[in-house]
Amino acid sequence: MIIGLDVGGTHTDVVLLDNAGLLREVKVATDASDLFRSVFKGLNAITEGVDTGAIRRIVLSTTLTTNAIIQNTIPPVGMIVSAGPGIDPEHFRTNPHYVCVKGSIDHRGREVEPVQPEETQAAAERFRKDGIRQVGVVGKFSVRNPAHEIRIGELLGNSFDKIFLGHRVSGGLNFARRIATTFLNAAVYPIHKTFFDAVLNSLSVKGLRLPLRLLKADGGNMKLEASVDFPAQTILSGPAASVMGAVAMAARDEDAIVMDIGGTTTDLAVLIGRAPALAPHGIDIGPYRTLIRSLETLSIGMGGDSAVRLKNGCLTVGPDREGPAILFGGSVPTPTDALAVIGDLAHEDRARARAGLKPVADKMGIPIETLADQVVETACRAMLEAAGRLTAHINGKPVYTLHEFKEGYQVRPRSILVLGGPAPCFAKHLQRLTPMQVRVVPRWQAANAIGAALARTTCEVGLFADTEQRVASAPAEKFLQPIMDGYGLEAATAQALGLLRVKALERGANPDYLEMEVVESQQFNMVRGFNTSGKNIRVRVQVKPGLIHGYDDLLRSLAAPAP
Amino acid sequence: MLCAQKKVGLVFFPAYDWAISPNHPEREERLLYTQDQILEEGLFDIAGVVELKPDPVVPADIQRVHFCVPDVWSIATESHFISAGGAKTVGIAVSERQVDKGFALVRPPGHHAMRVAHGSRGFCNINIEAVMIEFLRCQYGVDRVAIVDTDCHHGDGTQDIYWHDPDTLFISLHQDGRTLYPGSGFPGELGGPNAVGYTLNVPLPPHTTEEGFLHVIRSAVRPILDDFKPQLIVNSAGQDNHYTDPITNMNFSAQGYAELTSLLNADIAVLEGGYSIEGALPYVNLGIVLAMAGLDYSKVREPDYDRCQIRQSEAVTDAVKSVSDLILAGWQGRNQLREKMLEKRQSHRRTRRIYYDTDGFSESQQEEITACDTCGGALKIDSTSDRGAHILAVHIPRKACPRCQETGHGWYDDASVRRFDQVFLQDRPGDKYHVKKK
Repeated sequence: MIIGLDVGGTHTDVVLLDNAGLLREVKVATDASDLFRSVFKGLNAITEGVDTGAIRRIVLSTTLTTNAIIQNTIPPVGMIVSAGPGIDPEHFRTNPHYVCVKGSIDHRGREVEPVQPEETQAAAERFRKDGIRQVGVVGKFSVRNPAHEIRIGELLGNSFDKIFLGHRVSGGLNFARRIATTFLNAAVYPIHKTFFDAVLNSLSVKGLRLPLRLLKADGGNMKLEASVDFPAQTILSGPAASVMGAVAMAARDEDAIVMDIGGTTTDLAVLIGRAPALAPHGIDIGPYRTLIRSLETLSIGMGGDSAVRLKNGCLTVGPDREGPAILFGGSVPTPTDALAVIGDLAHEDRARARAGLKPVADKMGIPIETLADQVVETACRAMLEAAGRLTAHINGKPVYTLHEFKEGYQVRPRSILVLGGPAPCFAKHLQRLTPMQVRVVPRWQAANAIGAALARTTCEVGLFADTEQRVASAPAEKFLQPIMDGYGLEAATAQALGLLRVKALERGANPDYLEMEVVESQQFNMVRGFNTSGKNIRVRVQVKPGLIHGYDDLLRSLAAPAP
Repeated sequence: MLCAQKKVGLVFFPAYDWAISPNHPEREERLLYTQDQILEEGLFDIAGVVELKPDPVVPADIQRVHFCVPDVWSIATESHFISAGGAKTVGIAVSERQVDKGFALVRPPGHHAMRVAHGSRGFCNINIEAVMIEFLRCQYGVDRVAIVDTDCHHGDGTQDIYWHDPDTLFISLHQDGRTLYPGSGFPGELGGPNAVGYTLNVPLPPHTTEEGFLHVIRSAVRPILDDFKPQLIVNSAGQDNHYTDPITNMNFSAQGYAELTSLLNADIAVLEGGYSIEGALPYVNLGIVLAMAGLDYSKVREPDYDRCQIRQSEAVTDAVKSVSDLILAGWQGRNQLREKMLEKRQSHRRTRRIYYDTDGFSESQQEEITACDTCGGALKIDSTSDRGAHILAVHIPRKACPRCQETGHGWYDDASVRRFDQVFLQDRPGDKYHVKKK
């Protein structure tokens, strides 16, 4: 049995399932001021009367780290940044305790300027005085050569709780994002650790020793133990949970749009043959652009509670929400009210929705029913327009080779999978406006928790080899090895896949069903003078997001019409 | 977060699977380290710097500029269609005001490609700037354009294409042709009779630093541009003046390039040469983009940069000053010179041999242009290559007067396919391209 738990803004959804079907489904109110209580209440409710010995895993998706960042309730941390020539690193400042130091590495990982130990020691002294417990260390091109970050880390000594080195948080290039990512990891670390220590504690008091996993923004999970080094990977896992819930409904050989329709927003994502499309760099959260792997998503201000207004004689819906629908005690009409008027939303007090829409209809000089149709159509058109925009955005990504230019995959969605609160009401109206097939994700109220439960463990590895310097390295994996004559792309790819396998198993993947793939493999001849001096090789491999093996029967039972 | 003062549109197309040959300077690896640097610096995350995906050009775009022998597909490969398309994409974004400025960071380059193209010369097959400019003229009604070519090599292809066009001011700054390929670009090369003075050449002595180069920009190029008042300034932005470039002898730095970019204030930059792929390009390109965006570039410098090592000698400084003055005088005296040339004859001819170094063969040309004081003049080129092709190419310029249009059509109609393998007509007023064959 598996438990999936997704803490949302208003509800916490929990499911208990096994490979034959969904066993139990629970919804509890989220207490934003005490997420621990919400999680615990959910776990209590779902395990009541269940033989907990048969539970194999629990996957949690919480808003803990996301809220801490958005509400800026993170503790002060120290950042030490070494840039060398280029854009002034002051532009990438993340926090007050942000110290730029000397030392630089170039694009091939060669040292240009050494580290000055006394600068780091002075910074450490100041950090200690100011009561700082976590420090992030980031160098430009540290993913090509992490020596400076490691050296600075050593110089900081043992007087801090935790030190985060930039090259460990991601293998990708992008100094500014590496700074932000390292900062966020350092900043959410204590909140994350305290929270999950408490969860584990309470579970063990209950006599439950369960392997906890956490959902990440890329729609994959990782073991709790692995998360202490990368706590920021848990931000924005909520949207990923819903998308993974929709994956079950997607056909293997077609592209689909996922639409999670909520009260305030609709969140869209793209599935390419049951694998969600990933963002090229990383997630954006608040003012931070990061290297945290995430799904490519688009969020628009259009949902069941979007405000309906008349502006200069034109009907507008959204992008804001002023409160609940009039039907549910609000003061501004919404698409939810319109759906009630049309009769697609069952409610005993439809007259209230009619009364809510009446002033606008009167001003426009049209019947209330006509206005209701127009409101729903406006909302649906905005959602479909966003779907087109997201598809165009994914297809419009620049490519750097003639081969990709000619052969590059173009996303062509054939279906729209809708989920979220008002999903079934909107589905029928979306269908009228698009040639794509619109399907409601089964168990759409709990799809997010199901998605969290069934997500597989994901991770990626980037490997860089330079045969002139005779070294292959994957700094994020602490891997650095001399290479022999004849080393080439094939050897590099094999090495990267080997590293990925080890990493995936450490993070909790199933060794028997490890779906690894090569995302990037490039080899360049380096020519100096008129001779080839070596090869420059770049390989990126990943376990792509998807569902775990062995739950096809469950998925079939979910897709079957409810009894 | 960094926010650009000016919105910059960037096409980056490094063509990682295309090379002239494995050890050639124009090879797969060329923009690899530039990509590493711009990715690591997070250039595309700067608010106001947008990466655009190029749309390839279509044959009609190329035929607006070139006479490709025997046809477009024999001269331009797919990579050329995309690199020219990169320039065109940037040009469209600027023309439609989606961005304030644009930079096509693409390869292969194009400024040695001339109007008649039998093959590849100076690593260039088609002139990507000219293809872009003529598209923008056709589509957006752009008229007066200035091209400032700051590649270390003389932009002889661009010069050839605009030799007779008084609406295109072409200024090339380059290492003295007596010391570097293609061996042309002297101050006396001022353009054809109908456009004399609208081609300007500034040969600079070897070892000129940015000090000399920026002097020319400040004291000659900028005043001339202000006088000409172009609607569009295009910079053929070669990066081979750098002190580490392996095939030239100049002494520029990344700082110099950034300053040049902000002084010149071009609307569109298009990458040309530049073969110090590790030591120069990553830093130079970063500096150029920051300068275009109006951002601080003061901390951009090469790891091995040493100002004292590359200081310019006094002899160089003096030589630069005098050539700069000469150019300014050439510009100011252009009208008298034009009158002198026009009163002599009804038409002008010149005979040339053109060497295609990349492909290793030669072409001979006999060119005839009608003298005209109202338009660029009808142009006829009789061209034979060593490879055996003999063609006649007729160009009727964009704003041709009725008389020159008639002359051009007459030339084309009268040319016999028994004498030539192919006869071409570039009818710019009609935006048409015709070919007659045996």
